[in-house]
Amino acid sequence: MTWAVLSLLLAGAGVTAAISVVSVIGGLLLGIAICGASLARSRALRGCAAVYVSFFRGVPLLVQLLLLYHALPRLGLDLPGIAAAVLGLTLCTAAYQAETLRGGFVNVPAGLIEAGRIVGMTARQIMLRVRAPIALRLTLPAVVNEAILILKASSLVSVVGVADLTRTAQNIASSNYRPIETFAAAGALYLLLNIVVGGAGAGLGRMVGRGR
Amino acid sequence: MTAPAIRLSGVCKNYGTHRAIDGVDLVVQPGEVACLIGPSGSGKSTLLRCMAFLEEHDDGLIEIAGDPLGFAPGENGRIRLPDREIARVRRSIGMVFQQFNLWPHRTALGNVSEALRFVLRLLRPAAERRAMAYLDRVGLADRAGHYPSQLSGGQQQRVAIARALALEPRIMLFDEPTSSLDPELTGEVLGVMRGLAADGMTMVIVTHEIGFAAHVAQHVVFLEQGRIALEGSASAVFRRPWNPRLARFLETYLDRGASMLIAPEQSDGA
Repeated sequence: MTWAVLSLLLAGAGVTAAISVVSVIGGLLLGIAICGASLARSRALRGCAAVYVSFFRGVPLLVQLLLLYHALPRLGLDLPGIAAAVLGLTLCTAAYQAETLRGGFVNVPAGLIEAGRIVGMTARQIMLRVRAPIALRLTLPAVVNEAILILKASSLVSVVGVADLTRTAQNIASSNYRPIETFAAAGALYLLLNIVVGGAGAGLGRMVGRGR
Repeated sequence: MTAPAIRLSGVCKNYGTHRAIDGVDLVVQPGEVACLIGPSGSGKSTLLRCMAFLEEHDDGLIEIAGDPLGFAPGENGRIRLPDREIARVRRSIGMVFQQFNLWPHRTALGNVSEALRFVLRLLRPAAERRAMAYLDRVGLADRAGHYPSQLSGGQQQRVAIARALALEPRIMLFDEPTSSLDPELTGEVLGVMRGLAADGMTMVIVTHEIGFAAHVAQHVVFLEQGRIALEGSASAVFRRPWNPRLARFLETYLDRGASMLIAPEQSDGA
């Protein structure tokens, strides 16, 4: 493995990391909004959230990406492949993260909310100061898990022409005829990235999770 | 003449078709310690939760120091009071739960100072000073920086008591405060409660600690099927359990050392 090859793979890993980080964070923000809708009083909002979640969880990510890549130009949005990739990953992970967050909110023990009511907190204070922080702590491990899944699922964006780690490895392997070494190196880089994500998640858990 | 601390008249609470509280009239005087006892399912916790307006009573009137709680009598039946008025009346009430219900993401100090800062709007230093004073009162000043998961059950419940006391309520409600504690940890909690009673705090306590009720309560209320089956002074209720249903209920405690009822007060290890 030459330095030239390795630096190409590292550049691909950088693209993979960037796409994944943006998608997971974007998906968390969108997921919070969808979770809010699914806990809302309005039936219409709850219905929209349910339809969104069932679509993005029910259709394979590969199909979603291909659909976005081909459908967006028809709608007059001529996005580069990388934008379609980030959009697709974000929309998909948002559905999973919304469900995870909803589970966290629903599982905040009723007694902790009553403790807020009895000391005179308003509904808004209970949401912001009791329910949300406890729900986030309950869901943190699942969000880290989701980040790892997205990092790996991002390999699918190679089908829409994005030069991520997987696509770069494919290109290299088809020119140097050493697929085993090349894909082994790519796999090692994915593993390394995910070890970093897992470690960051564990650190974050220690930081916020002393109360659990 | 001052109004009673708590007055219930004809209070009812239904869960679906089940009538959990069935027309309870009860008066608790300022400075009085009242214990609610009775078999499980008799409605004692529900009644206490109604007094805190955590459950909304379906009929009847609850007054806290003369002010109606939640609902006031109107011309055509009762009217629901606005949330602000409910919050104002409820400010007289502190409550301690069976499961402590401390917020796991806040330290002991954070649990006690939270409402001081965000409900009473005290500045952080003032709120924390006051919170420390109340943690000290329950003997836990040295645990201020600990999270609930780092405290024993008895310590958690004492923090919960400090959290309620810090808001300086006129009435403290206790919902089976020692039921989820190991026996050797109940003493420290009962000791704090005994101190409160000695200071003249008005208290309503749902408890299975019959010995504690017999020695600390002035007023004992025996509930059965959502109704008051018997009430009176502790000595009237316990020393002469002439009521056959109460006698049967108390018999279930004989195995658990209810001989305390007849013997003079023993230390709970406080």
